Amino acid sequence: MTVMRYQQALAAAVRDEMLSDNSVVYLGEDVEQSLRGVSAGLSKELPGRVRDTPISEAAFTGFATGAAMAGARPIVEYQIPTLLYVAFDQIVNQAQKIRMMTGGQTKVPVTYLFPGSGARLGLAGQHSDHPYVLLAHMGVKTLVPATPEDAYTLMRAAIRDDDPVAVFAPAACLHRKGEVNLSVGAIGKAVIERKGSDVTVVAVGHLVHEALRVAEEISDRLDVEVVNARSIFPFDWQTVRDSVKKTGRLVVVDDTNRMLGLASEVVATAAEEYSELFRDPPIRVTRAEGAVPFSIELEKAIVPSANDIRSALERFLDSSSDRKE
Amino acid sequence: MVSLQQEEVVKAYTSMRLIRAFEELVVQLVNSNEIAGVTHEYIGEEAVAVGVCAALEADDVLTSTHRGHGHLLARGADPAKMLAELLGRETGLNRGRGGSMHIADVSLGIYGANGIVGAGVPFALGAAATPTESGKTRVAVAFFGDGALNQGVLLESFNLAAAWNLPVIFCCENNGYAVTTPLAKSMPVTPVERAAGFGIPGQEVDGMDVIAVAEAARLAVDHARSGKGPYFLDCQTYRLVGHHTAERTMNLTYRTQDEIESWATRDPLLVATEHARHAGIPSARFEAADAEVRERLASSLDIAREGAVPKAESALDYSYSSPIPMRWGRA
Repeated sequence: MTVMRYQQALAAAVRDEMLSDNSVVYLGEDVEQSLRGVSAGLSKELPGRVRDTPISEAAFTGFATGAAMAGARPIVEYQIPTLLYVAFDQIVNQAQKIRMMTGGQTKVPVTYLFPGSGARLGLAGQHSDHPYVLLAHMGVKTLVPATPEDAYTLMRAAIRDDDPVAVFAPAACLHRKGEVNLSVGAIGKAVIERKGSDVTVVAVGHLVHEALRVAEEISDRLDVEVVNARSIFPFDWQTVRDSVKKTGRLVVVDDTNRMLGLASEVVATAAEEYSELFRDPPIRVTRAEGAVPFSIELEKAIVPSANDIRSALERFLDSSSDRKE
Repeated sequence: MVSLQQEEVVKAYTSMRLIRAFEELVVQLVNSNEIAGVTHEYIGEEAVAVGVCAALEADDVLTSTHRGHGHLLARGADPAKMLAELLGRETGLNRGRGGSMHIADVSLGIYGANGIVGAGVPFALGAAATPTESGKTRVAVAFFGDGALNQGVLLESFNLAAAWNLPVIFCCENNGYAVTTPLAKSMPVTPVERAAGFGIPGQEVDGMDVIAVAEAARLAVDHARSGKGPYFLDCQTYRLVGHHTAERTMNLTYRTQDEIESWATRDPLLVATEHARHAGIPSARFEAADAEVRERLASSLDIAREGAVPKAESALDYSYSSPIPMRWGRA
């Protein structure tokens, strides 16, 4: 166990994997100087294995695909989360489908790292998205680590995985500090961050911490269980179901647009498969359906917050017959 | 003009004949609905794949296009497994998961045909930047059509390959049309000028002449392998058939019968036999090659037809390197 900040944990994971496996390479925009802090110092320590690319997201994403097929394990850094859109064909229509389309002739072990995803007060319309659901929707293994330990263990798991894996590090998590067990994590596993018996809150990324804060604040009135989803695809359906079986209530907190987001999928699955477990209807806390405007008050109005989580939970207080009081 | 050895000419002819006959067979099978969907035939362009592949070594890599059958056959893929793939069989090269549009033989360094114009090109760069297990330089050939010359990812790849001095051959199969749109309508410069704008040397090549293509490809491969960076080939060729098998039903008028007939006089198979005549190779060698190809394809089709159809419950297989929970779309 060691205490690290989230961003340091990502960097440590990358460094540890690069030191243990010569086939791991790191590319992206301004990665030699490490504008994003994840590859800091590596271009000197491992010459030739950290490479600045031109601003050509489609080409360097496709480059990684070919390198992976030829035996490398590239990590591709996207300086801004929405650069995903520029590289979209190369990820979802190329890298992700190649294994299936070739009948398993090859593998594409690439890690796509988005080291500052989501809104962070003032980045405006084109830099504030947190687009993890798009890749999950297309079947790309998609991780959103919430804690420094998630960041370290899941980044290592992503690099070691033989398929394309996207890692979205929420901008609002980068400076969090926490204990890190220096091991390799498991893709596809959620973790219960706080045990509770009245309501299950499934949250993603920085909203896990908001949910934990709210859970403490209202702990005298509601006993909230907080599930850190962290693996968006594959998703840990069993952990959510087991939790709802215990609590009978569900709030899903998802920092993407309401329309067809992760929250919708979790609630729909619950409704279809175990509606009999519910004491109250499930609630989604998501972004609004619009893009993020610049002015801070407007941005805050769009993205989900601790207040939104609190309001959602308080709705159960109004309706619940067996709440703590 | 003939600098290839006699045996190489016969070999190149045989390879081109195999591609031609394979494509003619594919057209029949599409028309009889034995092959689903549409396919894009390489008829008329055979000299490009065969000439270029003659210059490659075993560890080299190529990326293909939507018109990819010729690249695979020229590199030595098994026509029986290719036909099984087009028939959607479990015994196909891609186990029936790829079809014509995504056919690949990764064991031969072929990183796949591709359904998106230009999209496979950057794979060639990544492969070229990754040495072989023995540490040898791997040359990668990116095949693409003239239509791809206006695709963003291709232009980015030109730049990236030049900036990083990668051993990549950019091989433009310039058949004059992006489906129905003539090249001149979409581009104010020649392909070689465009490549030059990215700092990539190149040349125009008679893409109907397998010997001319092979010579240019050797020069290009030597250039790349010796550390001089990427090289561009503008192989001027012509598809003697439609963009895809369905075009014959569409009454399109983007090219004239005269134009097609005039290119047909330079059919790469005719050009090769002309070379052979000058080199004194007896025509019996070609007749024997034709017969050999006919027999090989007939038995390949028999083998392909015997292949099992994949089981419906295997539709999600091969999606991931190890099984993960995947849900079906029905309750």
